[in-house]
Amino acid sequence: MALLEIEGLDKSFGGVKAISGLDFHIDDGEIVSVIGPNGAGKTSFFNVISGIFPPDAGRIVFEGDDLAHHLPNEITYRGIARTFQNVRLFPNLTVLENAMVGQHCRTSSGMWGTILQTRKHREEEKMIEEKAKEVLSFFGSRLAGYRHEQPAFMLSYANRRRLEIARALATEPRLLLLDEPTAGMNPRETLELTEQIGHLPEARGVTVIVIEHDMKVVQNVSDRVVVLDHGVKIAEGSYDEVSSNDQVIEAYLGRPAKAANE
Amino acid sequence: MSNLRRAVRLGLIGGLAMSFVGAIGMVDKFDDRLLIDPFLTLGMLVLLGIPVVIGVLVARGEPNPLVELVRDPAAGAVSGLLAGIIAGTATALYALLIDGVKVQQHFPNMSPQMVDALTFGLGVPRGLLVLVGGAAVAGALGGASVGLSDTIRHGLTRSVGWVLGVALLESLIDDMFEFAEPVIDLIYTPLGVVRWSSALVIGALAWFLHTRFRGEGKRFTSAVGEADSKSNLRRGLIVIVALAVLILPQLLGGILNELMINVALFILMGLGLNIVVGHAGLLDLGYVAFFAVGAYGTAVLTSPLSPTFDPLLNWWVALPIVLVFAVIAGIMVGTPVIRMRGDYLAIVTLGFGEIVRILLLSDWLTPIFGGAQGIRRIPGIQVPGMGTIGGTDPELFVYFLMFFVAIAAYISYRAQESRVGRAWAAMREDEDVAEAIGVNTVQSKLLAFVTGAVIASFAGALFSAKVGTVFTNSFDVLVSIIILVVVIVGGMGSIPGVMVGALVLIGILGGPKSPGLLQEMSEYKLLIYGALLVYMMLKRPEGLLPSVRRTRELHGEEMAQDAWLHKSGEPEDEIAEAAV
Repeated sequence: MALLEIEGLDKSFGGVKAISGLDFHIDDGEIVSVIGPNGAGKTSFFNVISGIFPPDAGRIVFEGDDLAHHLPNEITYRGIARTFQNVRLFPNLTVLENAMVGQHCRTSSGMWGTILQTRKHREEEKMIEEKAKEVLSFFGSRLAGYRHEQPAFMLSYANRRRLEIARALATEPRLLLLDEPTAGMNPRETLELTEQIGHLPEARGVTVIVIEHDMKVVQNVSDRVVVLDHGVKIAEGSYDEVSSNDQVIEAYLGRPAKAANE
Repeated sequence: MSNLRRAVRLGLIGGLAMSFVGAIGMVDKFDDRLLIDPFLTLGMLVLLGIPVVIGVLVARGEPNPLVELVRDPAAGAVSGLLAGIIAGTATALYALLIDGVKVQQHFPNMSPQMVDALTFGLGVPRGLLVLVGGAAVAGALGGASVGLSDTIRHGLTRSVGWVLGVALLESLIDDMFEFAEPVIDLIYTPLGVVRWSSALVIGALAWFLHTRFRGEGKRFTSAVGEADSKSNLRRGLIVIVALAVLILPQLLGGILNELMINVALFILMGLGLNIVVGHAGLLDLGYVAFFAVGAYGTAVLTSPLSPTFDPLLNWWVALPIVLVFAVIAGIMVGTPVIRMRGDYLAIVTLGFGEIVRILLLSDWLTPIFGGAQGIRRIPGIQVPGMGTIGGTDPELFVYFLMFFVAIAAYISYRAQESRVGRAWAAMREDEDVAEAIGVNTVQSKLLAFVTGAVIASFAGALFSAKVGTVFTNSFDVLVSIIILVVVIVGGMGSIPGVMVGALVLIGILGGPKSPGLLQEMSEYKLLIYGALLVYMMLKRPEGLLPSVRRTRELHGEEMAQDAWLHKSGEPEDEIAEAAV
């Protein structure tokens, strides 16, 4: 059974049909890229899966349960985490604290434990801190050591994107949704991150859906590629199949010149 | 010459301010309070303080911190003088006008006394000249001070500050240092006014001490500021302050202990509101409702005059029941506003605060809450071996306050560095993302409301036991707003900040129903609260004693720039990469 199975997904915003009749599936351990021109509905797709908007129609079956219409924090608890296209960290919290918030849904110490400083509370706090440091170490020295105590707004752009991913990893997800993770990075940073994304299934046991515009990343990382245009899936397959698909090319580049002159 | 225009403009503003201060009756009322014998009254200080400030503002010119302008005292004095003359003349014209045209029936404070005060008791022609001259000199002094070297200016400000402090806080000092009567007699006249000779001595001493120990003082404050919460320095400081606070009630008389109790009540409520507003970012303007729940809950449960239900419980037994009421109240207020943000949340909570007050006042609930009569004869707090301690023994009652303040501070402190506090901080930063990361925002918000409500109900229970009677007029929206001002001015999110805020505002200016140390201010305290709030928002929004996080939030870009400029020895990723 697929890890995530989506059937007949519809979502409109006002008069705009952002997603139309979308079927999608991903198996455990896969990395699937979702590509398409701007406005194709890719981020809306993520928003609906992660519970930020409820779908108008369709089922979102994750590990056997339909998660449509659940609250975002419930969905995260179930094991789906995401990053945002425009990096949305907690700017005034430190790097470490940002990662520690990710562990919120995996822990339960409440006000009583805090006030009474019960052993459970103290152990949990220690565990949260260790786990946070552990996910930060996924990025090697970039987010390590002195960086832990720096407020997030001080980070360079690339580090902010990495922190976003680390924070999502801290929620111990089974499925990770990365929304344009390499946008704005220079070639070197992109290469590094591409490799790291590729390692995610074996290194951390997460299945990944990636929205990307950089085709080199898509080519290097994906097991499968899904192409959306105007809310509809227009192609699906390996990178090679999809990149030579006429409809896909037309969606990105428009109709070939000779057709226009005919 | 733009400086000329500035001088004129600021001079006119100064004149307006001086006339306003006269028009509201501040000057002649404050004239009754002599600060330095025999010539300086509080009224004169306020009146002529304005041209000093104007002089400083004029001489500063365009503030441009990147360019170190060498400022000339003489030039500053001249522009200050000009501004002062204009301010003084404007005020003089105003005084002349009021002297001629009788408007007292419409504006009761624009009285002959006001004119008298504005002319320093010398009557219209001569007094006006003195006014203009005085303002001119004040402006010149203000303007000149800007050009002085930093050391001199700081020394001057310190000594003036100390002298004024000694003068204004005469009653406190007299009470505290009763054992050192000869010294007190040296400083003050029998009427409690500072002698001019001692003023000079104090001023000189302050200047000397400041210049001599400046380095040490700076090192100490920065060490405290940088100190980690776990450091010995911080801990030692806390212990010393705690000990001092514990001994203090024994040194002070009844009136000052009363004041301490009031300040402590506001610290307690401030700490509670701090959790709701400062930690969780929920703007609650109806916080007084929880205070009322605590107060009325205790009244109903403990007073023999409680209509309908009079279980006559011991205060300590009633307390947990009152806490349950507070939890319920917190949930009742929090649930409808779960999905509301910002302004909407503020207005709705404001409404809830008023609803509670009106319900308590209503005829419908009079059988339970006593309506307009309230509930009287609320007993104090029983202590085995010491009987019942209530408002009549403030030196003892204040210790109950300290106990609960300590508890509230502890809860606040622990919560901040825990999973609960991080969830609040994340919610405050970006609620949608916090939810996406897995924070249950509904639970988190309710927890914040409930915690705040519980702390406020402690304050309410203590208030009831102290005052012995509860009426609804102690629970109006003004109290909510003042608590909020205390939290904001002191430093949102910062525990010592709230304490300092309460000390400064309630202690010195006075609370909504009780005077502070400066009793003259009680009529004008709301005006001063408002002005202070506006000033703080413009100049120092993070508050007097801010939490590090808050300063980061408000001055983030500046700090990031500073950090980038001062980066030393840390390999920046990009540079390291380039080297590869």
